[in-house]
Amino acid sequence: MPHDHSLDHDQDHTDLPSDLELRVKALESLLLEKGLVNPDTLNTIIDTYENRVGPRNGVHVVAKAWTDPKFKAALMNDATAAVASLGYTGRQGEHLNVVENTAQVHNLVVCTLCSCYPWTVLGLPPVWYKSAPYRSRAVSEPRAVLREFGTELDAGVCVRVWDSTSEMRYLVLPLRPQGTEHWSEQQLQRLVSRNSMIGVEPARSPEAVENTSS
Amino acid sequence: MNGGHDLGGKQGLGPIDPEPETQEPVFHEEWERRVFALTLATGMLGHWNIDQSRHARERQHPADYLHHSYYENWLVGVEKLLTESGLLDKDAHSHGLRIPDPPAAGKIMSSGGPTAMDADKPPAFRVGDSVRLEKIHIQTHTRAPSYAQGSTGKVVTHHGCHVFPDRNAQGNHVGEHLYSVRFRAEELWGCDAEKFDVLIDLWEPYLQALDET
Repeated sequence: MPHDHSLDHDQDHTDLPSDLELRVKALESLLLEKGLVNPDTLNTIIDTYENRVGPRNGVHVVAKAWTDPKFKAALMNDATAAVASLGYTGRQGEHLNVVENTAQVHNLVVCTLCSCYPWTVLGLPPVWYKSAPYRSRAVSEPRAVLREFGTELDAGVCVRVWDSTSEMRYLVLPLRPQGTEHWSEQQLQRLVSRNSMIGVEPARSPEAVENTSS
Repeated sequence: MNGGHDLGGKQGLGPIDPEPETQEPVFHEEWERRVFALTLATGMLGHWNIDQSRHARERQHPADYLHHSYYENWLVGVEKLLTESGLLDKDAHSHGLRIPDPPAAGKIMSSGGPTAMDADKPPAFRVGDSVRLEKIHIQTHTRAPSYAQGSTGKVVTHHGCHVFPDRNAQGNHVGEHLYSVRFRAEELWGCDAEKFDVLIDLWEPYLQALDET
């Protein structure tokens, strides 16, 4: 749904709040009045998921796995423990599984029933991940879905779609781009996008990063 | 229940139209932030579990579920949970509740809620076994997606014993063995489908053994 939020923002100054905004305000006021929520706790929750937990955790995991064979082995063996060793633990990351892309296999993650997503390594999911079109189509026509992200796979590549129906949370380990053999972990982090860790895109190419940084 | 949320394979829902990754904010509106925080904060009071929370969002007319934005469905869910649980009937003091302060909430968020449990029986299936996902046409909460019901797949991983959502949504905290099961696209969608595999996490009570042929 294309939506210009800058327009909404401009209108916020002149328009009355929407029914939805009023409903949320009423609920929050009621909960505060009854002492059922702590206002500082609400701010802590928002700050945690808006500023502290996000895809940069996953970027760290992936770039380390690309450069540190021992860490990668640990990650493939017990992702929850390996990710915890980097300090990332918590809700929606209690049972992590890493699925590795190779030249032959491409993995894609979805939750057809709601919006299950590995918060500890990717933060909160983007709108499209939670949308009806993605949730309905990822399991029935994944190559068409990938094409909408500009991703075209060779015909011989085996596509595996992981439907997150349990509390297992899936993180894709993207294929390390060619031409990065001598790159450090720090340099490689710039190539790891959130979308590559969901599986809708490959990791960024060295050229793409050089073009944007110059 | 197979309400508006049970979306796998549904058609006619349009293109994905993703917002570019580098431009998408975590929240698009202030009220979304508030709904998210209120849902997590009230969830920490322990009056419902994650499956009851999911079921509260699912229990809507499918047209409403699909028409609502994501956080609107969260709002519907948390309003329902607060009302049905009786939490709103009294204040925190009369409930005898300790409301998590920021450090306590931080601890809850960083420790999470693992669902692994000790098994009270051995697993019925082994990796490589052929299984059928049974028809599970129940009105209550389930995590057996309707698009794969009746289809046959192969067990690829045994994850041990985990809280069984169908019972947990009714307040019964029991564990069942959990498996990742691989389904071929042609089994799910017919011979004209693209070639790919779908892997679905399924609990033992959903699955039926098939004789090896």
